[in-house]
Amino acid sequence: MSMNMCTGGVRRDAMVNLDTAPIRDQELLADVITRVIGDVRHIAVGNASPIPATAALLARARGHGMPYVSLLQSRKHNFFTDGGRELFDCAGQGRVDVFFLSGGEIDGAGNINLVGIGDYEKPAVRFPGSFGSAHLYYVVPKVVLFRTEHSRRTLVPRVSFISAPGGSAPNVYRPGGPIALVTNRCLFAFDRERRRFRLDSVHPGHSVAEVAENTGFDYDCPQIVGTTPVPGHDTLRLLRQVVAPQLAEVYPQFAAAVFGVTGH
Amino acid sequence: MPVMAPTIEDALAPIRDGVMLAVPREVAGVPMEATRALIRRGVRNLHLVALPTSSLQADLLIGAGCVAVLETSAVSLGEFGAAPRFTAAIMAAAIRMKDATCPALHAAFQAAEKGVPFMPLRGIIGSDILAHRPDWRVIDNPFGGNDPIVLLPALRPDVALIHAPMADRAGNVWIGRQRELATMAHASAKTVVTVEKIVDDDLLDDPVLAAGTLPGFYVDAIAVAENGCWPLGLPDRYGADFAHIGEYARMAATAEGFARYVDEYVHGRRAA
Repeated sequence: MSMNMCTGGVRRDAMVNLDTAPIRDQELLADVITRVIGDVRHIAVGNASPIPATAALLARARGHGMPYVSLLQSRKHNFFTDGGRELFDCAGQGRVDVFFLSGGEIDGAGNINLVGIGDYEKPAVRFPGSFGSAHLYYVVPKVVLFRTEHSRRTLVPRVSFISAPGGSAPNVYRPGGPIALVTNRCLFAFDRERRRFRLDSVHPGHSVAEVAENTGFDYDCPQIVGTTPVPGHDTLRLLRQVVAPQLAEVYPQFAAAVFGVTGH
Repeated sequence: MPVMAPTIEDALAPIRDGVMLAVPREVAGVPMEATRALIRRGVRNLHLVALPTSSLQADLLIGAGCVAVLETSAVSLGEFGAAPRFTAAIMAAAIRMKDATCPALHAAFQAAEKGVPFMPLRGIIGSDILAHRPDWRVIDNPFGGNDPIVLLPALRPDVALIHAPMADRAGNVWIGRQRELATMAHASAKTVVTVEKIVDDDLLDDPVLAAGTLPGFYVDAIAVAENGCWPLGLPDRYGADFAHIGEYARMAATAEGFARYVDEYVHGRRAA
């Protein structure tokens, strides 16, 4: 394989200046997610998750090839050879350490709703569907919830439909579950024992009061809440030089909008 | 031996009104040319099972009025947002939805593949998906104690419809690493395949190719549909036509726009 194949002939139509371009929200969120994930062996990323995919590829770029990263919709960043079921079988075996889930609604107990609002048979709002959440949320040890619209519409007291619950009864097999919720405003950590979120840090430019105003569920708020650290120069270089061209294969619109990278 | 059909329309004959039709996920090779042919023929009352999710294919079939029951884990246009005709049909209660979760569908197909009545799966307990699936059961693990686990009944579709890069003259179909296509064929009573091309060599003669080959034994009909996934992609062959999918998303946002799309791209267009 030639070097050119590795990047798939990426063009940079609107080249991001590596040193002077301001830090984008997506870069900050990817950096936060990478820190929350910690040291792991295998990160898998499902559908419609460009920021988590960015975080997973960033973790791999920092680790010089480790952890393993499986982008489900990717041909290049995906080692599975046993069809669509292999991810789920792999997770069931305990071989997927990290996965990402979102929701049209997320509540304070970590329940997620990917189905809809209102009567199930004739809903007022319909979302795409539950994907693999009703299995992966139970068996993947570190599930990071992400939602880039932090509002009372999305972070609700109680979801209308539980695609997958944040916690389970003690007799239900459940080695996995949520560890954190990353939004465009802040980072919440999840306490599995108490099934509650705690405000961990607020992103630069946002405030504790603003988080309270825009969150529909109850959560623990410490006396002092720090500001989320911004990604450093080395992280930004990795994101813009290494990760961005890799993203363009699966998320062409995202890669173009955020990094000015087109084609793959 | 599979019928080598002279046209896509001939190959699609087993897909009659009312059948349970299995189709694959977006990255596995979605037979879009065949899907347009089904819409042109006016197929009705399908029980569409998308393993485990769908995008443009399910949205088109639903919008064109071909689907009575949809069984899948999600329908979306990915970066292009919600699948508009799916969303509208659910909100109008125009189709019956059987929500699932991806590994449950894989497991139900594997049960049929093995010829057993059900498959157990971890998770799901406490999800409202289970509350709306009276056909799914929870039992206590007979090998453990106080260990509830979900059982999924086997899914045995009438017809699986798939697209693959190539077939040989004996009807063996090369699917590469898209292994769920083999599972779909094993689980379904009949399998219809469109392919990019027919090759003269026997795919089972080459051990490298044979490992990624669905034997013609499981296949009922094959037709050539060059560029047959368009505007979706075929792994390792060609990418998706994102500009067109964006155009679809814009047009299908309204019923009138969808009708124009179908006129232009389904009825107006023939196989390239």
